[in-house]
Amino acid sequence: MALGDYIRSTQVWKSIFRHPAPVDRRNRVVVVLTNFVLHLHPVNIRKSGLDLSYTWCMGGLTFFLFLIETITGTLLMFYYRPTAMHAYRDILDLRDVVTLGILREMHRWGAHCMVLAVWLHMYRVFLTGSYKPPREFNWVVGVLLLVLTLLLSFTGYLLPWDQLAVWAITVGSNMARATPLLGHEGPLHSVLKIGEVGLIHSGSDARFLLIAGRTIGEMTLNRFYILHCIAIPLVVTSLIMIHFWRVRKDGGISGPL
Amino acid sequence: MHGPDMTLAVKIGLSWCFAFLAAMNLTAIVFWVFRKEDGKLELPENFGLVATLCGLVFGVGLVLAHTSVPAPVSYSIGLVGLLAFGAYLVAVGLLRAGSAAAWTWLVFALVYLGLSAAYGYLPVSAAPVLPEAFRDTVDAVSGPVSFFFGSVIGLAVIIWFREFITRPAVGWIALNIFLAFYALSMTDWDFRQIVAKPDNIPITMMLLTVGFFTWLALRRAVENDRRIAEGKPVVEKEREEKVLVWPDLVYVELICMIIFTVGLVLWSIYLKAPIEQPANLTETPNPSKAPWYFLGLQEMLVYYDPWLAGVVFPGLIILGLMAMPYIDVNVKGAGYYTFRERSFAITTFLFGFIVLWVLMVTLGTFLRGPGWNFYGPYQYWDPHLVLPLVNVDFSDYFWLYWLGVAKPEHWALRELPGIIAVLLYFLILPPLLARTVFRRLYLQMGFARYMVFSFLFLMMAALPLKMLLRWTFNLKYIVHIGEYFFNI
Ligand code: HEM
Repeated sequence: MALGDYIRSTQVWKSIFRHPAPVDRRNRVVVVLTNFVLHLHPVNIRKSGLDLSYTWCMGGLTFFLFLIETITGTLLMFYYRPTAMHAYRDILDLRDVVTLGILREMHRWGAHCMVLAVWLHMYRVFLTGSYKPPREFNWVVGVLLLVLTLLLSFTGYLLPWDQLAVWAITVGSNMARATPLLGHEGPLHSVLKIGEVGLIHSGSDARFLLIAGRTIGEMTLNRFYILHCIAIPLVVTSLIMIHFWRVRKDGGISGPL
Repeated sequence: MHGPDMTLAVKIGLSWCFAFLAAMNLTAIVFWVFRKEDGKLELPENFGLVATLCGLVFGVGLVLAHTSVPAPVSYSIGLVGLLAFGAYLVAVGLLRAGSAAAWTWLVFALVYLGLSAAYGYLPVSAAPVLPEAFRDTVDAVSGPVSFFFGSVIGLAVIIWFREFITRPAVGWIALNIFLAFYALSMTDWDFRQIVAKPDNIPITMMLLTVGFFTWLALRRAVENDRRIAEGKPVVEKEREEKVLVWPDLVYVELICMIIFTVGLVLWSIYLKAPIEQPANLTETPNPSKAPWYFLGLQEMLVYYDPWLAGVVFPGLIILGLMAMPYIDVNVKGAGYYTFRERSFAITTFLFGFIVLWVLMVTLGTFLRGPGWNFYGPYQYWDPHLVLPLVNVDFSDYFWLYWLGVAKPEHWALRELPGIIAVLLYFLILPPLLARTVFRRLYLQMGFARYMVFSFLFLMMAALPLKMLLRWTFNLKYIVHIGEYFFNI
């Protein structure tokens, strides 16, 4: 223990953690208040909010999975080129050539888990009535996070550029074709026209916007890559910050009045 | 074409699988025998030591099973660990305790042990497989109709008999049935092709976790409802006292993270992520499926056109979820589990989440094959299976069958009956319901909230309604205006 005490007494340690070891009450309060990562938490918490059988730990798990996905995803980006020429080969290389070739696995299974965890988190928030005032708005933020989690997974599904990927995305994105008003096979799209010229056709409708073309192609890959690696993660990160902030401001994890 | 039902790999896998199931039940015995009234475990003196040793021996066998050591040898080592643990349990208390449940788990463990040994030592040709007659029967009775009604009845039973079902012993038996069914079904080639596919693992995880958490939540709800009826505070109220986040929460989080990371890494080493042939847009695979979490929506395409199933319904699910906190004006049940105080809200949500989402995803993944036809769990996915579709529109019923005249030329007149039916559904039903079954809700919610609620509610009911109409009357479209892609 002496070594531990010594390390904690050095200037370097103190400069990083700013306080002594959290062994007494005061320092256990201070450690949460003064540490950037820990300050996501309140200083104290209801016992019921601590019970695994109450929260199921699912919100926390979702967040943790988001971090895992961010880390493994960034590592994958070092190896992967989103072009029709390279994408598929790079995925094969990730399995066959790259050292510790389980990056793709961790990312994929982690993504499946994140989808499941976010559903279960919503399920528990519903079953504990935690969406009721004053937490209505955080539930709304949560629903957005749920949708974005599905979209993250969906956009990532295309990137391996194999048969499974393109056809799953084809099936999914074909739905956009039927959007009322805005899809070229959707009801009422013919209403939108200037004079006799229809505005909505297969080169201008909702599906075209989604997949950047009339059929899935290299531009779709590019679009999904950017959505998957940059755009959606940024939005999700922002919303998670709001979500956590609101959990705190709404009075912490819910409990009976 | 068909592959063999039993292979060496399956046989070895099942020998370990049943060994795990036996171990699981032995562990259950520990909980049932050594748990005191206050919920604390009071274990015999050297329990930890013995359990660790047995676990280690079992683990060594399991690791060796992944090397070139002959399967019966590594399996025998694992078996020794398992048997030693069982013998120890019998010696230290099982016989004295004499609880009926503990004896039952012992019987379960012995049955699993027998199966495990059978798969461990019998040759491939003699290893037991699920009886052909059983599989044929299951395939014959399964279909979209029985699946849907089975889900609805199952949910109703769970809600109605929740006090019975949330007993630990009942839950444990249910888990055993589920796992044993899964394990034995692995002896069927067709079942394996679908259920054991790496990308379909989440479905199995979903069934297990959603099932478990529903059970857990209902258990806590039953307990709280009992307390409320007795005028006592709910469980959460008794745990209102605050504790410091460091160390209590931080450590729980740390442990969760470590366990989860280890699990994910092991899973990733064990199962390779799938990669198929390179993308080829000229060669359509059959079936073409969306990612698993959207298969509930894809299943809706059987009953509704893409503009509804793929755009409007998903949009309304999102909007409806967002609107929920503003529609639900019931102030009770915030921050604790309960069923009685929110029975309508919870029943509606369970119906939507479990029957219309989770189980539809399951149906879409496991039971829909080529041509999006329904295949039983043990049925071969025959790409040439063609089911005749004889679906008719509402306008056919109205003009041809009921009035006995030809259908009018112009779509507006032709579809008028259908349009009226849809309008009646959305315009007449809400006020009607407000005066009858939803009277109390209407008074509590007020006009605006009630209108939003009833619209969303009717939209949600539209899916099962269309299913029923399809199955009973072969109804294709209620409104069919192909000219404008406007089909309902
Ligand atoms: C990326 C997705 C999400 C993350 C990372 C996340 C994370 C969290 C965390 C860590 C908590 C603290 C309590 C707990 O762990 O249960 C929480 C609470 C909460 N979440 Fe989420 N969440 C997400 C999605 C959702 C969704 C989909 C909903 C609902 C539709 C939702 C609604 C809420 C609400 C209302 C609370 C407050 C609950 C309470 O006070 O008991 N969240 N969230």
